[in-house]
Amino acid sequence: MSGDHGELPVAARVRQLEDQVIAAGLTTDAELDEILAGRYRTGSPANGARLVARAWADAGFRDRLLADGNAAAAELGFGASGGGGYGYRLKAVQNTAQRHNVIVCTLCSCYPTSLLGPSPSWYKSFAYRSRTVREPRAVLAEFGLELPAETEILVWDSSAETRYLVVPARPADSAGLAEDALASLVTRDGMIGTAAF
Amino acid sequence: MARFAVGARVRARPGDPDGHTRLPRYVRGHQGEIVDDHGSWQLPDEALRGTIRAEPVYAVRFAARDLWGAGSHSVIVDLWESYLEEAAQ
Repeated sequence: MSGDHGELPVAARVRQLEDQVIAAGLTTDAELDEILAGRYRTGSPANGARLVARAWADAGFRDRLLADGNAAAAELGFGASGGGGYGYRLKAVQNTAQRHNVIVCTLCSCYPTSLLGPSPSWYKSFAYRSRTVREPRAVLAEFGLELPAETEILVWDSSAETRYLVVPARPADSAGLAEDALASLVTRDGMIGTAAF
Repeated sequence: MARFAVGARVRARPGDPDGHTRLPRYVRGHQGEIVDDHGSWQLPDEALRGTIRAEPVYAVRFAARDLWGAGSHSVIVDLWESYLEEAAQ
């Protein structure tokens, strides 16, 4: 799925395994592609952006989102399913003037696919995974996000069955915008925590 | 029944367990604080050996200074209950 994985020895091993099961008549390339396509058909950062925009526009919704991400996502029709009925707990974390949150998965590449779509290749890179827990301020600066020295940084390592969504701070110049317009401001990277919003 | 409450000080178990685990090496042996209770989830260490058993999972906050010797940030790691023990007083 990503250029990064293509460089890894594991990609060659996965391809060999696929060749074996296809040769054994257990599946086909088309079937494997369809499974992946199905997984990504509905997942999109537009989903997460709708949650963030609603949270910016409606303090009651924001509080419910922070308290119980799954229930709040369900209000907008989003299930927190990773596909195949395999669910996860959705935990939204809010950026403020004093605190910035950023998401990583040091063990592999856990990511809220249904709300953010396919993860970017850098999210799965060894560099991002190893450096974000160690020197997040430097990593964020490389993304172009220079945080004030006094801003507290929380790095969330999604090592179990909870998936995290960053709720960025609402842009200062967004007063009066309707929810659709607010949603168009929200980026995938903002919801990972590698951009301001 | 969750063994640890939010606010409790815990230590991630040191050492290198046999087989698969989702306890990242960089927190092993370090002390942190429980900041959230994620509910009970299947323990992958045992599931890969065919035993399906759910166990409480906690968000545990570690200070970067404790993990790396430097840094002012915190790292929050989601850990199954059997990865944790009470912190030494």
